[in-house]
Amino acid sequence: MSIDFIIAAIITVVGLTTPILLAGLGELVVEKAGVLNLGVEGMMLMGAISGFGVTVMTFNPWLGVLGAAVGGSASSMIFAFLVLQLNSNQVATGLALTIFGTGLSSLIGLSFVGRIVAPFNTFFPASLARDPILKVFFGYSPLVYFALIMVPLVAWFLKSTRGGLILRAVGENDHSAHSLGYSVIGVRYAAIAFGGAMAGIGGAYFSMVITPMWAERMTAGRGWIALALVVFASWRTGRLLVGAYFFGILMALELYAKAAGFSFMPSQFWAAMPYLMTVIVLALISARKGAATNAPACLGKPFTA
Amino acid sequence: MTSSQVPRLELRGITKRFPGVLANDHVGFSVMPGEIHALLGENGAGKSTLVKMIYGIQQPDEGEILWNGNVVTVASPKAARKLGVGMVFQHFSLFEAMTVLENIALGMDTSVAARELEARILDVMKQYGLKLEPHRTVSTLSVGERQRIEIVRALLLDPDLLIMDEPTSVLTPQEVEQLFVVLRQLASEGRSILYISHKLHEIKVLCDTATILRGGKLVDTCNPREETSRSMAEKMIGGNLKDIQKTDGRAFGKDMMIVNKLNMASTEAFGTSLSDITFTVKAGEIFGIAGVAGNGQNELLLALSGEQLSEHSEAITIDGNNVGRMKAKQRRLTGMASVPEERNGHAAVPEFTLSDNTVLTARDRMGMVNLGMINSGAAKTYAGEVISAFAVKALGPGSTAGSLSGGNLQKYIMGREILQKPTVLVVSQPTWGVDAGAAAAIHQALVDLAASGSAIVVISQDLDELLALCDTLAVINEGRLSAPMKVADADIEKIGLLMGGIHGETTTRPEAVVQEAAHAH
Repeated sequence: MSIDFIIAAIITVVGLTTPILLAGLGELVVEKAGVLNLGVEGMMLMGAISGFGVTVMTFNPWLGVLGAAVGGSASSMIFAFLVLQLNSNQVATGLALTIFGTGLSSLIGLSFVGRIVAPFNTFFPASLARDPILKVFFGYSPLVYFALIMVPLVAWFLKSTRGGLILRAVGENDHSAHSLGYSVIGVRYAAIAFGGAMAGIGGAYFSMVITPMWAERMTAGRGWIALALVVFASWRTGRLLVGAYFFGILMALELYAKAAGFSFMPSQFWAAMPYLMTVIVLALISARKGAATNAPACLGKPFTA
Repeated sequence: MTSSQVPRLELRGITKRFPGVLANDHVGFSVMPGEIHALLGENGAGKSTLVKMIYGIQQPDEGEILWNGNVVTVASPKAARKLGVGMVFQHFSLFEAMTVLENIALGMDTSVAARELEARILDVMKQYGLKLEPHRTVSTLSVGERQRIEIVRALLLDPDLLIMDEPTSVLTPQEVEQLFVVLRQLASEGRSILYISHKLHEIKVLCDTATILRGGKLVDTCNPREETSRSMAEKMIGGNLKDIQKTDGRAFGKDMMIVNKLNMASTEAFGTSLSDITFTVKAGEIFGIAGVAGNGQNELLLALSGEQLSEHSEAITIDGNNVGRMKAKQRRLTGMASVPEERNGHAAVPEFTLSDNTVLTARDRMGMVNLGMINSGAAKTYAGEVISAFAVKALGPGSTAGSLSGGNLQKYIMGREILQKPTVLVVSQPTWGVDAGAAAAIHQALVDLAASGSAIVVISQDLDELLALCDTLAVINEGRLSAPMKVADADIEKIGLLMGGIHGETTTRPEAVVQEAAHAH
């Protein structure tokens, strides 16, 4: 294996990992607050089209990223309103959000089909990215670094800040948090909005970095992998980072198996691996005797005061 | 007790309406500084609603709340804490997966650095002799320790008024004694305590004043030391209290239920596994199982009812049949009936009608199913019999189970099983959350069933109930059952020690606990 191949492989893995890492971090915060939002795929698509659309219109990718965050967040607010205010079933509403986001992004995207923007993939000076070894560190889109910075930030927020403590409390025991005077609904709105923004940015990685153009359903099911990732990581930030890269490697294997015939297993096998690994991890966690699964206790349960 | 002129807290004409219910009807009383004031009443009398308004969780529709003589609006629990009101909830508002320290930090209104908070916690713990480890995860703590977290959390805010909602319902007698020492110390410092309970003997030994509520109205404010438990109980229920009619010196029949070395791993995340449970119940005997919640009672009920199977069929014997490997339906056919603790969703389906709910457990014995078809006429007739025999307040067999009040539904469920004339009846928490009138009726029905020759197992956290009801008593602790003892010569102190985990022969916990418990007396 040549050094070039290894470098190319690393860059592929990083590219595949970043969207699920972003969306997974957002979903982790949402689930820590006790809400199960299965609409990640829909929010990613809404973010992808919003980010692309804003970039096309303003020629400013930074505004595009902001647009992606707003687009993902805005679509998550529909879910939040239904689930938090009207107490609708979280699973059904999340699925509906995915279907809705898929459809609405396609509709908005009609007028953007065929347009192209400059890929949002330089951050460090180009001279740094020319050397093949340095490229492994400095040759990525700003979104890659953003995702990596967000990992310790989210971990620090959840573990060491009062806001994080309250957020975890809301996900652990909503009624107790309410009786202590915390706004369960308010915290959950904020968490869902954050999750939407992160999923939106994750989606924009497809339309602004990987293939700087819009195509229907271009996130190709990565929202579901992000959901599996949160469970795989058993709701821990550090494990989420490790898991995201692990899943990234599996997805890269799928691509190589498909494209280069590099295969001792069919590509479908690698495509199924993230889900299979999640099931295995879940089985391992619940087999540990007497230990809790670390899932937030109120995950998926509606709250009424 | 100091008594200045201005009450710490005064309520005037507090009224709160909920759809269809008048929860509080012009209630007024006052609490002086340093006073331990009891708020007494049955479930549904309006105690909880009233304190929720004092603590800012709900707002009164009418009336005013005075704090140190000034009219105040308590908009939120935060506002209440700012005034100086602390509250210890009945169902602890704790977060299982978090540490003691994190739990206490959540109860603070401002952000305090973890290290400083820990120092303050240690201070309070030392001052009041409350022992806790700040870095333990709550799920590993006993109920008594959990309550201490709540108390420490409230005390850190230096409250002038501490509201205690049914604080002793889950404690052992020794833990109750320790709690009273702390409460008396708090009162001696000039803090007021509003103590909500329905346990009259506790109120008599602890409280200076008692305010009694019934049906949302204030019945009386009295000095509990001058009242008898009976007189307060009668004010509480608004009628005469019926004693259990029990014939002494009954002879028991043959062994009806034998449990022999029953072991069972819990399926719950924080559950308790049963180990070597052994006891025998004779025909006509009422066998009580005491213990603090979460020591294996739920698991034991599931094991006895057949919802979880034992490893060996001879672990449980009913009337000579080995039933350990039989499912609930087959066990019912051998003559056993069971009533779990949770009424809604376990003993009854809230959305089903009462007559459909009878089909669930009585279908075989009462002939309600022919060739797989439900005989709804038979179900309706039987449901009607239960309703009239147990004076259940319901519109009829067609009402849904969920539309009944807790006490009425419990009477219905007990009636549904008792009228099937089971040879063995296993019940868990038969009167939990049930008003005194309904509780007395349920107790009498159990005694009558035993007198007719059935063997009865009662699992309850209410020691008073077991002492009044049972012939024989054993204590469950951490999934182990103590040796049975005759209730007639039972020693309360010994039972308390067993509930706290001190077994006569094997000491399962460090000596410190023994000393601590002994010290409390």
